[in-house]
Amino acid sequence: MNAAPLVALVGNPNAGKSALFNALTGARQKVGNYPGVTVERHSGRLALPDGRPVELVDLPGAYSLEPSSPDERVTRDVVTGTQDGERLPDALVVVVDAANLDNHLRFTLQLIALGLPVVVALNMFDLAERDGLILDPERLARDLGVPVVPTVAVRRRGLDDLKARLGDVLAHGGVKQLRPSDGSVQDDIATLQRRARAIAVAATVSETPTRRWSHMLDAVALHPIAGPILLFALLFVMFQAVFAWSEAPIGWIEAGIAWLSTAVGGALPDGFIRSLFVDGLIAGVGAVVVFLPQILILFTFILVLEASGYMVRAAFLMDRVMAQVGLSGRAFIPLLSSFACAVPGIMATRTIDDEKDRLTTILIAPLMTCSARLPVYTLVIGALIPNTKVLPLIGLQGLVMFGLYVLGIVGAFVAALVLRRTVTKGASSGFMMEMPKYQWPRLGDVLIGLWSRALIFLKRAGTTIAMTVMLLWVLASYPVAPAEQKQSEYSIAGRIASGIEVVVKPIGFNHDIALALLPAMAAREAAVGAIATVYAIDNPDQVAGETKLADRLRGRWSLPTALAFLMWFVFAPQCISTIAVTRRETNGWKWPAFMVGYLFVLAYVAAGATYWAAIGLGL
Amino acid sequence: MATVIDNQSQRFYAAIVPPLLSLESLPHRQRATVAEIAWTSLSVPEARRLRELGFDEGVGVEVLHRATLGKGPIACRIGRMTVAIRRAVAGAIHVSPVAG
Repeated sequence: MNAAPLVALVGNPNAGKSALFNALTGARQKVGNYPGVTVERHSGRLALPDGRPVELVDLPGAYSLEPSSPDERVTRDVVTGTQDGERLPDALVVVVDAANLDNHLRFTLQLIALGLPVVVALNMFDLAERDGLILDPERLARDLGVPVVPTVAVRRRGLDDLKARLGDVLAHGGVKQLRPSDGSVQDDIATLQRRARAIAVAATVSETPTRRWSHMLDAVALHPIAGPILLFALLFVMFQAVFAWSEAPIGWIEAGIAWLSTAVGGALPDGFIRSLFVDGLIAGVGAVVVFLPQILILFTFILVLEASGYMVRAAFLMDRVMAQVGLSGRAFIPLLSSFACAVPGIMATRTIDDEKDRLTTILIAPLMTCSARLPVYTLVIGALIPNTKVLPLIGLQGLVMFGLYVLGIVGAFVAALVLRRTVTKGASSGFMMEMPKYQWPRLGDVLIGLWSRALIFLKRAGTTIAMTVMLLWVLASYPVAPAEQKQSEYSIAGRIASGIEVVVKPIGFNHDIALALLPAMAAREAAVGAIATVYAIDNPDQVAGETKLADRLRGRWSLPTALAFLMWFVFAPQCISTIAVTRRETNGWKWPAFMVGYLFVLAYVAAGATYWAAIGLGL
Repeated sequence: MATVIDNQSQRFYAAIVPPLLSLESLPHRQRATVAEIAWTSLSVPEARRLRELGFDEGVGVEVLHRATLGKGPIACRIGRMTVAIRRAVAGAIHVSPVAG
């Protein structure tokens, strides 16, 4: 059915593979998953000079054909034709960093030995020249026995040449037969490495040592004192920006939603349909979509830190701290991503080679304050925490928000410490990481990354959250309460909530919260949508809006209840997507079940303790 | 303290065998070549990853940065790459300094 030849892009991490993939395929990309594993499959189309289409698939970066992480296993399985759901590629484009030939050529030699047609992209050629390295691509091609094309992916140089060579090998190659045993490929690494070095030396025309600017930057970024200060300053700016920069766009979205709800409300006749759309769908989904700007700002920082090469430096600086709780610096990257969302965070743990280390990171990732908690925190803090100044420039509201973030981090560290001594006990893992050269993140690459995140978020808002709030609206609207009773208590949802209330009353939760907890299981931010929907049903005359919602909360919640509710949200594992991704990443229900269990216990105890402490203090 | 003792023992052994010290105690920015790696003192995946990152007898190496005073990991140049490793692993890599 699919006649286009399949070409796999493969190479070491930090060879500039993804940039080359983006340059070759542009926005025509598809992100999917390999069956059975959560490794993302990035594919796209490109046209050869003669017009023939080719399907290009970007494989995860690997150091060799001997995998040490799930990511690398997919790479090996695809190039050896043993990956489920992927045919054997018709050719490989091996991407190597021109400035790091002696290391990258080893993997290249392994790949060439497989017997598939190969074109080598000698990438980041300009950076190598800037480092004073003059290479001879023709000599390299002769020694390797395959075409070699110098490329600069980020400046789109060498791409036409690469496509032409690819066309040649596809036309002539056609060696669909893999070399007899994949085992023979596993030549002694040391032997291959020596061959690679010899080839690299032969292809090097001259080398003028220059003091690389990466080293100069590292002198500050990795400095024992300046380094950590810089890291914390960056994190501070990042979280500050999430709030400060998002104010204006949030205002626009809110205005848009208010306009939409008035327009739809005016266009539809009064009755079931109008209420379903205005009070249910628009109020519920709108309350969630408002947080898109904050999520995108957070992801912008993470994508830029990653693309620039700084993230590995952060991991380096944090290794010491992480080692204290039995993790390695590598866990810092997934955990930082989890501040945006635990789902990509948990997926990012695939780069951790140690199994126990990886499992622990997955289990504590949901404790990082993800952006889905922001809507809930913002609403409750805005409504019930007085906006007073504790110190000049430091408001109580901001302090509480900061405290919730810190609490999540402390909770995660304590959990890691306990887990590493009990359920994920094992030898402490190591920390070994290549530190890529610094580079300017390319706007296009960041935008492509942001676009896919925004799409995932909006899809969630449009499906999971829309469905939950609409279902909740129906359950909360019927049966219609008699005049003297509250709709939110008389309805089906109200009665279910009354059942939940029995369990959560001891920790200070009221009927509203009990009602919001169910939809919050689907997605945390749905709690805000749920509360908005319920209040919209109770007071049908008012237009749904964030400020109004805060006012209503103020009348119905006490401070101890609000604090207990916030505490619950710090710990409770309320997110179907996180549970689902944990199941996929750990291949079964055992660990997600464990995760849900320990987090719920933690949430219940923390919320209860907070409630009773607050009552005791007379708040 | 450790470096002082190392320097002494280095001087002592220098007369008998070429000076060998571990990468962990190699002075900052001192160029050296990997003399031998105690592979058996490393776990199998650790040893493999170390090889994959280019650690091998005869390769040029140099310590570039040390994280947090005390016991954090170290960043070193190996071949043309910069690699972060923990001190325990660096202790298993023996190097001989290159003069000059």
